[in-house]
Order: sequence, then C-alpha cells, then structure tokens
Amino acid sequence: MEALKETASKAQDETSKRADDPRWRRVNRVMRLHGYRPNALIETLHMVQDTFGFLEMEALKYVAKTLQVPLSRVYAVATFYHFFSLKPPGKHTCVVCMGTACYISGAAEIMHEMQEALHIEPGETTADGAISLVTARCLGSCGLAPAVVLDGEIKGKMTPAAVLETIERWQADASG
Amino acid sequence: MRLDEIREIARIEADREDGYRHRINVCVAAGCLSCQSASVKDAFEKEIAKRGLENWCRVKGVGCLGLCSGGPLVAIEPAGILYHTVSVSDVSDVLEALDDGPLDRLVCSGETPFFKRQKKIVLENCGRIDPERLEDYIAAGGYQALHTALTLMTPEEITREIEKSGLRGRGGAGFPTGLKWSTVAKADNETKFVICNADEGDPGAFMDRSVLESDPHRVLEGMALAARAVGANHGFIYVRAEYPLAVKRLKKAIAQAEHAGFLGNNIFHTPFRFDINVRLGAGAFVCGEETALIASIEGQLGRPRPRPPYPAEAGLWGYPTLINNVETLANIVPIIREGSQWFAGIGTEKSKGTKVFALAGRVNNTGLIEVPMGTSLREIVFEIGGGIKEGKQFKAAQTGGPSGGCIPEHSLDLPMDYESLAQVGSIMGSGGMIVMDETSCMVDVARYFMEFCRSESCGKCVPCRVGTTQIHELLGKITNGTGTAGDLTKLEELCDLVKHTSLCGLGQTAPNPVMSTLRHFREEYRAHIEDRFCPAGVCRMGRGKEGE
Amino acid sequence: MTIPAYPTFPRGDSELGKPVGILTLKIDDRDVSARRGETILEVARENDIFIPTLCYLEGLSSLGACRLCLVEIKGVTKLLPACVTPVRQDMEVVTDSERLRRYRRMILELIFSERNHVCSVCVSNGHCELQTLAQKLGMTHVRFDYLYPRLAIDASHERFSIDHNRCVLCMRCVRVCDEIEGAHTWDIMHRGISARVITDLNQPWGESETCTGCSKCVQVCPTGALSEKGKSVAEMVKHKEFLPYLQIMRRNER
Repeated sequence: MEALKETASKAQDETSKRADDPRWRRVNRVMRLHGYRPNALIETLHMVQDTFGFLEMEALKYVAKTLQVPLSRVYAVATFYHFFSLKPPGKHTCVVCMGTACYISGAAEIMHEMQEALHIEPGETTADGAISLVTARCLGSCGLAPAVVLDGEIKGKMTPAAVLETIERWQADASG
Repeated sequence: MRLDEIREIARIEADREDGYRHRINVCVAAGCLSCQSASVKDAFEKEIAKRGLENWCRVKGVGCLGLCSGGPLVAIEPAGILYHTVSVSDVSDVLEALDDGPLDRLVCSGETPFFKRQKKIVLENCGRIDPERLEDYIAAGGYQALHTALTLMTPEEITREIEKSGLRGRGGAGFPTGLKWSTVAKADNETKFVICNADEGDPGAFMDRSVLESDPHRVLEGMALAARAVGANHGFIYVRAEYPLAVKRLKKAIAQAEHAGFLGNNIFHTPFRFDINVRLGAGAFVCGEETALIASIEGQLGRPRPRPPYPAEAGLWGYPTLINNVETLANIVPIIREGSQWFAGIGTEKSKGTKVFALAGRVNNTGLIEVPMGTSLREIVFEIGGGIKEGKQFKAAQTGGPSGGCIPEHSLDLPMDYESLAQVGSIMGSGGMIVMDETSCMVDVARYFMEFCRSESCGKCVPCRVGTTQIHELLGKITNGTGTAGDLTKLEELCDLVKHTSLCGLGQTAPNPVMSTLRHFREEYRAHIEDRFCPAGVCRMGRGKEGE
Repeated sequence: MTIPAYPTFPRGDSELGKPVGILTLKIDDRDVSARRGETILEVARENDIFIPTLCYLEGLSSLGACRLCLVEIKGVTKLLPACVTPVRQDMEVVTDSERLRRYRRMILELIFSERNHVCSVCVSNGHCELQTLAQKLGMTHVRFDYLYPRLAIDASHERFSIDHNRCVLCMRCVRVCDEIEGAHTWDIMHRGISARVITDLNQPWGESETCTGCSKCVQVCPTGALSEKGKSVAEMVKHKEFLPYLQIMRRNER
C-alpha cells in the first residue's frame, strides 16, 4: 500500500513538474481535451513531436503513463508511423520527394548526389548535427517535379546542382 | 441559420463582387505557393494600395486553378484572363494591362484544350472562391443542398438520389456509393459514424489535397448530407499530416460552419445534429485501407483486420461506419442540388460523372484536371496535357499508383472508366496519372512501386510482408543485370501468390504494377535478363549488388 | 468485369425449419453441422478435418495473419481465412486443393526465407510447429533467396531468451501477454519486413518493468524464438495446455 502511494505521488510530482513548462502544457492540453483516453495516443504524439521536434524516451513514458497505454504499445505506434521520429532532427533539413512524378523526373539522381555530399543515408543526420536528409513519399507538388523541401520551403523543378548549392551554404554555416 | 439568411449573405457577396471593376484571383494552393505565389499576392495588394485602386480592384487568394506547371497562376475576373508564371516584377505590368486587354507575354489562352476539354463538377469552386471565407462558399450556392435535404427530403430520399445518380467511390475500387450508404442506413444502431478518407497516400496523387485546400466547405457539406442519409451524428476527417495547409483550412472551415450553425445541434432548425473532428494520419499508406484507417482513428496501430465484418456493420469502436473518400463526398452536393438524372447523364454507362486526375510526369501541362468519365487517354495526354515534353515519344501512362498499372501506347484510345482500366490490368485508383516517355524504364518503374509497397506493408500477413520483399529483390537483380530466366518465373508465381493470399487491399493490389508491365512490356524484362541491357538507359547494369 | 462487391454467401431455403442456432454446411463434400457464430476452422477441427494454421491458437483472439488457413468457398472469388470466417448455412468449403497446397507451400517458403530457420542447431528442433508444418505440407526446399538479416539474441532475462532470427511474427506472445496475463509487455515495433517483437520501450527483456516472468509467451511461441535458458539443441518442449484451462477459468469468473 505504501509503495502504491509512493508511485502515485511520484506520478503527481512529474505531472506538476511538467505543468510549469509551457511546452508540456501544450501536450497536457491535448490529452485533457481527449479526456485522457487511450485513443488520444496518436494526437498526443503529434503534439509532442510538434513541440519538441522528436519523440524522446522520457516523453513516451510520460504519455504512456498519463493515457494508460502499455509502454510497448506506445513504442510500437511511435515506430509504425513514419511521420514520427525518435531521434532529434538536424539544424537544417533537406526533404527529397520520392513521389512517382519526382522519381521519373530525376529525384533519385538528386538523392544520390545528396548522399555522396553528406555521407549519410536517407533518414540520417550528419555527425555534427547540422543537416538531416529525409525522403518524402509524395508532397503533392507533382506538377513541379522534382520537388525538394529545404528547411520547410518547397522548391519545385529542382536539379542536383541547385540543391547542392544550398547544402554547401548550410555546411559553411556549420563550420564557420 | 435560415434559408433567407443564406440568400442574404449570397446577395451581399455578389453585390460586393460586382462593385469591383477588376477582381484579381491569385492561386494560393500548395503548388503555386511553392512558386512563391504568396509574395505575388502581397505585391498586388501593395501595388494597388500605392496606386490608390482599392475601390476598383480587389485581390483574393483562391484555391487551385489547375495548371500547376504554369504557377504562380493569376486569374483576372470578370475579363476571364489567366496569367501563368507571374512573378513579383510582373505585378505592375499586369495592373497596367487591366483596362487595355491582356498582357500577351503571360496570358494562357482560355481556348486551349487544357481548359476547353475539362468539365468541372468537383472542382467547380476551385480557383473561384477564397477557401478561407465561408461567405464565398455561400455566394457560390453553398449549404443550400443541405438545407433542401434537411427540410424537404427524407433520409431514404437522399440515399435514393445517390443510388440513382450511379456515383461510385472515387477512392479506387469504385464501389457504388448509394449501396454503401443504404447498407449503413439499414444498420440498426443509435450511434453511427461518417468518416472522410483524406489519407491520400498514392505517390503522384494530389486531387484530395487540392479539393481540401481549395473548397473545404464542400466536403463538410457532403459529409453532413451523408450523415443525414445514414443516420449518423458524428464525423471524422482522417487527413495526412503531410498536408499542413489542408489541415489548417479544414479546421478553420469546421469552426466557421459550427459558428454559422451548419454543424452542431439543430442544423437549419431541424432536430438533426452533426459534428466533425479532424484526425491526423502519421505517414502510413496502409491507413487508406478502411479497417486500418479506423484503427488509426482509435489511436491504434494501422494494421488492417480481415473483413467481414465490414465497417458498415462494425466500424469505428464497433459502430456502423460509413467511409467515403474526399472526391466522392465532393460529388454529393452537386448531385443533391442538380438531381441524380443530371449526374447520371454525364460519363459512360457504368461510370457516371467526372473524374479528377492529377496529371503529372513527362507532359507539357501538368496539374489538376477534371474530365467526364470515358474521356480517352489520348485526349488527356495529347490535348489537355499538351503532348510529351521536349517532343519525346509517349511510352506509358501509370494510373492507380502502387495499386495500379501501366497503360501502353496501343491502348491510348482507351476510355477512362472503371471497367476499361481493369481490362488492361490497371485501376482507376484515386486519380494519379503519371505520363512516361522513352526515358523511363518500365522494369525500374515496377521496382520503384514494389519498393513503395515493401516499405508500406504493415507486416501483419506473411504474403505481403515477405512476398513484396522477395519481389523487390528479384526486380533488383533484373535491373542490375544479374537476373535469370528462372527469376522471371519466380516473379510471376510470387505476384500470383501475393495478389490472392494477402489480407488487405494493399497486398492484394501490390503486384499490379509488376503484372501490368510484364504484360505490356515483357520485351524490356527480356532485354534486361538476356542482353543485360536497359533499353531506356536508366538501369546501371553489371554493377552487381548496390555497394559491391 | 463485375463490380467489386462485398462477398455474399449463397443462402438456401433449407435454413427454414432448422433448430435456431444450428446450421448445416459442406466441408470437403462432407455434410457437417455447426453452431451459429462458429468459425470454419472450429467446425473443421470438430470434424477432424485438417486445416494448417500457424498464428492461430485456441484461447487467443484470431488474427488471420499467417494465411496458411485460407480456404476456398463456392461462390466467393476470394480465398478466406478459416480462423476468422464464420460458417453460414449451405456454405460449401474446400480446405484442400492443388491451388491451396501450392499457396501454402509458398507461404512457408517465404517464412523460411525471411529469417534464419536452420533446424539442426535450434533448441526447438523436433518440437517446432513451423518444422512440422513444412513436413506435413511437403515444403522440401526454398526457392527464394534467403534474406537472413542477422538479428540480435536478447538473453538479458534471467530465465528466458529471445532469438529474433527464429521469430515468425505470429504475435502469439503479444496476444497471450495482453489477453491472458494482462501485462502487455510485448508488442511489435516498426512495420513490414523491419517489424520486430519488443518488450516495453524496446528495452532488454531483463530490464522490462512490466514483465511478470510468467513464461506464457515462451510456452505459446511456435518456434525456437522464445525459449527457456539452459536448453540445448532439440531440448525445448513447449507446454500450451494451460491456455484452454485459463480460458475456462476466466469465463467462469464473469
């Protein structure tokens, strides 16, 4: 019984600790809006990622406890859906669209050049944490294929050279 | 809100519009936004203010104008002029030319087949209304169909109209919409749900995104009509998280509709109540499958379960659930407004109405198009699409994305309808159409789609999880020049297995791109295997396995 | 071309006049009777008709995932999994045909090609459901390239270990832990060919906060993926008898 009380008060502490942080308040708000029901899991993970940039282990534990979802289920959901990331993103992000229209218009070539230039695979971040290389299934900008998103800005009709130019600028930023 | 109030809003809006001599509509859908159309819109506003033309001209951000390859697009009303590739530096020239006719260097002729061959039903408001203003939608006749249905029709009559219209699901398989509705309507339960499937996962498809970004209220009204017909009081829109603009506009539209009383309790002073919530997808193509989509809304893993029971009997949280795709729901309002006979008069015998295609790939005009069902592929590619880029040779058109197939040159006169597409081994799918020329290798294209299915497979059933991986391996061998004749046999056997034994639609259709290219472009497979040669020059032969 | 429709089952007039809840159907040309709500698999087993299964386990919820129990039904174009398809009046089921045999063999080939299933060095050799199925269905060799992704062995638990190379992703461990033990220690991370069973937040099993050490997962595992420590080749014999017993106990409690 004592042990149970202790756990309960620990959980209480954790909740109140997080209540002081405006970022966690956003997350808590989503869970409250859904009545702390387990079906709020995906919506909550969206908010965690939106707020912190990725899903940290501690965050997964906290969400699991609050929504009363098994730990392994939270981890399963976080890895099943490719929109979620368990690793922090780089300072800059380069998303290469691999949709069909982009693929037949040379997206693979762009991706190949990026891999060579950054020495990383898609889904990875450079060792210095400067640049993440990501693929997208389809951005829906097929009319402007091939499309690349550089730090949130969609650029249409791209070429390897044009993307490399930005990448080199980012690299110069990081080393300078 | 009452009908006269709606009419009053429509009248005020019309008067306001008529008060301007020139109305400048700048496309602010995602395609044009990625060509900096937002700054073009700003530039117009500043320039008009600078010249003191505010009382003569107004600038409006509108949804997709269609010709995405010509972005940013700007339409001038009421003159009916469309300008392409307008940059900030063109703004003053466009304003100068307002009174003396079009600016020749930027104008798109409205007489071109790209515009003339189209018939807009789903997209009728796209590019005309400001998607973020409810008043614009009302001025275009919005929410009157809902009023008619709630005050003058019984739920059975609504369903019967949809049945008689011959509308079929636009999400891919083409199941008759009216039959789906009546199945849910007959289910005996107090609680029912309507779900709008906006998880547009096909690579190369952006119809749903454009509709949601350009005319969100139409989808809400369609859902409310569906809910009334089947007896549901709650709705969900399951939309891709990758479409932030569509999500933002949907949420805004829902708030507006709730505020105006088109959603919520006692809609149009009737006992009917209906609310809509948005749920975000999280990057899983398989969630386009009905049972996986339901699981995902429930916060679960998006793994499909065997059907029956169908969602119409036991769907969201076990309650009867109607799931329709965005384009299907966007067709409901015009059917109720114009009547089923009008709709049934468009299209072919078994495929009624129009179909929106996202035309992309190696054609001159890429973008969003809407044509009557039964329009030939030749018309779409060579007239609307303006032919192949750089004068190259047409090779194939891919429809249906990773579940579809490639249509070869000798089938160019094929009418675009559900049955004809199935006959050549493809499917209508959700409407992505990628045109390929001689620079595309069909084996490589098949490998591309199989890579997609392999990584999107949820992993629950063995044939899809391991079968797609093995097919992908075989195609990898063939495209790097190490394939054998025996591999081709294995490939065909595996395709047959995966198609017939997989649990859900993803697996059952995953072999289609391979089977259709084997059927129409077998010669290319043969060249890769026997001659170790890629006719299109895409595959790097003789390199062995990647990295070796 | 027919319009794709929800599969419907032919419904004869003979349903009239039968006692409520009892219906008759044909399995492999044999007339059998069944209770309404029973699955094809249950009725087949009651009548000693063999249908191969791997992910199915009596006492756990059914998934329809391994696809080995697919059967043909007259009038239905699709093959349907016997473990989740309820019987209908006058249904005609075929559980064994050349086509089904071919598909079942190929599905086994795919499973064998997915990970490392070399029996001669396995703790479950001779007591393995996958091995038995391969013998029974005549799968003698694998024509597809072995994928063999060298996966880790987690031996961090004091009494058990998991060898992912032997796992067939049947989800029996996930289900028994969730449905019977109530701990939900197991789940599956990632998807498709990258899917793996995990404990808690993909932590070593021995560090799991939720595992009760009850060993139910080990006992229901059809292969040598989950085993007791200290067992050598061919020594791991599983005991699943507890499952129907626990099921009855749970039902009586309610």
